[in-house]
Amino acid sequence: MKKSKVVSYNKWGYIFLIPFIVIYLLFQMVPLVSTIYNSFFENYRSGLTQIGPNFVGIENYKTIITNGDLPTYFMNTMIMWIMGFIPQIILSLLLGAWFTDPSLRLKFQGFFKTVIYLPNLIMASAFSMLFFTLFADGGPINSMLMQMGFISEPYQFMSHVWSVRTLIASMNCIMWFGNTTILLMAGMLGIDPSLFEAAQVDGATAGQVFFKITLPLLRPILIFVMVTSLIGGLQMFDVPQILTNGTGDPMRSSMTLIMYLNKHLYNKNYGLGGALSVFMFVITAILSFIVFKFTNSEEV
Amino acid sequence: MKRKLMVTLLSVTMAASLFTACGGGNAAAPAADAPAAEAPAAEEAGPAPAAEEAAPAAEEAAPAEEAAPAEEAAPAEEAAATADGSGEGKVLNIYCWNEEFKSRVTDHYPGYTETDATTGTIGDVTVKWNITPNQDNAYQNNLDETLLKQADAAADDKIDIFLVEADYALKYVDTEYTLPVSELGITDADIANQYKYTQDVMTSSSGTLKGLSWQGCPGVLIYNREAAKEVLGSDDPAEVQKAVADWDTFAKTADAMKAAGYNMTSTTNDAYRVFSNNVTGKWVQDGKVVIDDNIMKWVDMSKKMADAKQCTTADLWSDDWSKGFYPDGKVFCYFGPAWLINFSMAADQEGSIANQGGWGATEGPQGFFWGGTWICGATGTDNPTLVGDIMKQLTCNEEIMLDIVAKDSDFVNNKSAMEKAAKDDAYAFAVLGGQNPLQMFCNGAESCDLSNQGPYDQGCNEELQKAMKNYFDGNASLDEALDMFKKAVVEKYPELTAE
Amino acid sequence: MSDYNKMAGQKENGISLQFRRVIAYIVLLLATFLCLFWFYVLFINATRSNSELKTGFSAIPGAFLIENWVNLKNGTLPIFNGMMNSLFIALTTAALSTYFSTMTAYAIHAYDFKLKKFMFTFILMVMMIPTQVTALGFVQLIGKMKLDDSFIPLIVPGIAAPAVFFYMKQYMDATLPLSLIEAARIDGAGEFRTFNQIVVPLMKPAIAVQAIFSFVASWNNYFTPALVLHTDTKKTLPILIAQLRSADWLKFDMGQVYVMIAFSIFPVILVYLVLSRYIVGGVTLGGVKG
Repeated sequence: MKKSKVVSYNKWGYIFLIPFIVIYLLFQMVPLVSTIYNSFFENYRSGLTQIGPNFVGIENYKTIITNGDLPTYFMNTMIMWIMGFIPQIILSLLLGAWFTDPSLRLKFQGFFKTVIYLPNLIMASAFSMLFFTLFADGGPINSMLMQMGFISEPYQFMSHVWSVRTLIASMNCIMWFGNTTILLMAGMLGIDPSLFEAAQVDGATAGQVFFKITLPLLRPILIFVMVTSLIGGLQMFDVPQILTNGTGDPMRSSMTLIMYLNKHLYNKNYGLGGALSVFMFVITAILSFIVFKFTNSEEV
Repeated sequence: MKRKLMVTLLSVTMAASLFTACGGGNAAAPAADAPAAEAPAAEEAGPAPAAEEAAPAAEEAAPAEEAAPAEEAAPAEEAAATADGSGEGKVLNIYCWNEEFKSRVTDHYPGYTETDATTGTIGDVTVKWNITPNQDNAYQNNLDETLLKQADAAADDKIDIFLVEADYALKYVDTEYTLPVSELGITDADIANQYKYTQDVMTSSSGTLKGLSWQGCPGVLIYNREAAKEVLGSDDPAEVQKAVADWDTFAKTADAMKAAGYNMTSTTNDAYRVFSNNVTGKWVQDGKVVIDDNIMKWVDMSKKMADAKQCTTADLWSDDWSKGFYPDGKVFCYFGPAWLINFSMAADQEGSIANQGGWGATEGPQGFFWGGTWICGATGTDNPTLVGDIMKQLTCNEEIMLDIVAKDSDFVNNKSAMEKAAKDDAYAFAVLGGQNPLQMFCNGAESCDLSNQGPYDQGCNEELQKAMKNYFDGNASLDEALDMFKKAVVEKYPELTAE
Repeated sequence: MSDYNKMAGQKENGISLQFRRVIAYIVLLLATFLCLFWFYVLFINATRSNSELKTGFSAIPGAFLIENWVNLKNGTLPIFNGMMNSLFIALTTAALSTYFSTMTAYAIHAYDFKLKKFMFTFILMVMMIPTQVTALGFVQLIGKMKLDDSFIPLIVPGIAAPAVFFYMKQYMDATLPLSLIEAARIDGAGEFRTFNQIVVPLMKPAIAVQAIFSFVASWNNYFTPALVLHTDTKKTLPILIAQLRSADWLKFDMGQVYVMIAFSIFPVILVYLVLSRYIVGGVTLGGVKG
């Protein structure tokens, strides 16, 4: 990409950045710094009594490391994210490719394109409330399965590790695949049509076009989707929180990092909560860095 | 005398628009006038947090204002007789989590007029209802934030009354944010007719009574008459009682019920309160979490029942829990107080057991209580007389309380009123097929013992039930589940140890 | 697009094309079902009374829609206020967020300055901080700024939306040639004018996409508003729904909860349909040659 040679314009780069930087510093940097600062203190509420702040050094970090729960909740989060993301990205790529493939001449495209994003309009909490009702022991899914003779007594969806995780992953997938498809479609349509024309003329198959042209050129958007979805995944909260009533059961196998953090918000535990936040920040940064390196080694 | 004169003078000269100034002025004046006499009162009533606030100016003002209620409460009879505290604040702020108390005040407190959904008036005092729901602890969070700022708040913004539930009552009772009821002009004679347990709940560790309730919530065992006839041969409460007289016979009956296709209870959590109300020690002793033997008995029994599929492991209030309100749900019994019977068992729904009057009530293995709302006067209130009067009218006035029984089907906190109702067939419950269970409730309320209550009960009870569900479902061993419980409690209360 | 169609029809691709089309339709129908089913369930539940809902699920609508709605409307919750608050916050957030993110992306995309690379990496790092992580500090901050119970902490931070910025930047990389900007400069347009009159219109598809996303995210946000707003009449719909759901046993009415959810989804669907038509139609505009 060629850079503009007219140097005198470049001060405008700074000017255009001002709103972002000012707002960022005020509303995100300040809270972030105070969160980190708080992580070195004992500072919580017991009933109506404020404990601390007392400086405790890295005591909070030690507590989190020694109780050893963090890796478990991290794994839970990642497992549920991957379980949802893989079907989501496959479905989205497929739909995106079909929608943008002129040779398919799909009818009702407008309708389908509109419909796929609709689940995202439902609040996550309302969505998981619906799931909870549908998959309850005495809920419609169980009675349907029983009527069809698959099972003889209700399957307790909420009492088995993998059924709970699957439910959470499917909810995330259903809620977000439309969003991803729209993003990918916008990316696909940004690709120069003459490339496709050339490929068609050379007699390339749809698969070849997809893997040789679409996918490589889609990389910027694909990275965007990967990174934002990863970050969204690490922030997974509403869906498992409501579905498991905040417990992350069975035996916290569906407890995510943010649900764990939320437990410390309950008693305004700025100290432990702050330390936990710092860990989460580090985890997210490392993972995103890996994704960047992995997908985009040459340039930013 | 001098003080009274000043108050009168002030209230006469101050224009209506100067209400706020009035409250502050009269509170500060006496303190300045007779500092020697007020000193002990100020020490007693002035909350510690007020003194903690840094600015010396604020420090000076705060105790003076705090002193007012204690000092004004002394000649309370006198004040109440003349008017509902003229010269006191003109805004009464009430913090609560639902509209139950509001409807009691609206319907039963003499002189209350409703303005709109969240405001009303009593005489020339405006009543402001601040309703925050319980979900995610929102009510307590909001209340805590406001209470912590109470000392610095303007007189009209101060909380005057707030409500609490038994599970976390001690969190407030054991602090200086709640006023002793004696300082609100309520005497021992006034409350002699109340059930003792309702006062135990609100008694601080040093023995001061800090709040009152208009209701009692003793529970009974509510059984399905159809199932009783089929399996036990009779649906007579006395006969059924024999089959559930203690936990051993309860277990035998559970087996018999299962054989006949009935679940003994709906969920494992139904019986929890019956055990947790009858513990021999507090949840937290010397900063350490202690699991009582009786709680472990509940765990053992529930595990047996869950394994034998005599009940489910669903949560209370879930759809699976309330299945048993209908004949197809095939549930033998629930444990609950009067309000559960009257309002929660779908009596208005065609086809429900309650609708057909198909439930019966009996004492069950042990006494317990469930629910109830207590009224607390907030320290620093600028309306102590009115606060005291509301408490007095709603929780001590037998006439009003009988009216509550008649109108709202509450079980009220007044022994003589309830004994009367227990002997009156007019109070028979349609839901119970015409049985009048009130005598049972009366006995239950008398026998409730809450001496083992503590400030951590809410968190401990919730976390224990959640953790044990894993054990009942077979997802964890007993030790793993107990470890999970301990972990969760320490997360909630970092100052405790659990090992 | 018609010229590809001719080419696509070439050779023996006919059968496999037919086959792929059938597969595509099947998958699309399945996806459609998965997307619409929830709205159906919501609608059915909104038409049933609380006690009917307790007895189990039904596929046929009940007769309580009007009654549930009347109960909700006459209840203590200020739902119309909530609707206005949600609309105001979501619309302003979406507008600020998309406009300023485009501006930020443009700064990085079109200009060459010393801190450019640093800024880009920095903003990406910012994106990785979960909202919840800074929640504790955020609440302290707005307390100190006396912005408690105000809309400002919900709207203004939208100006610094790294995810929206990142998308805009990626989109510009793919579709906005610098030559276009230089051409505008040669025509004598100022930098602000170039941005507002040339860049923003070119970014329309991306802006529409992100406007929808921001609007929906803000509309459905419960976490931050619940921390900030305390006065009933200032609360947004998700908070009011949570309040309705947590009503105690005496008042608890799932029928009302479902009606309220339906009520709160309705405007988003409307906004979405308006903007989505723009996306679906404006899609061809996205393919700028270059």
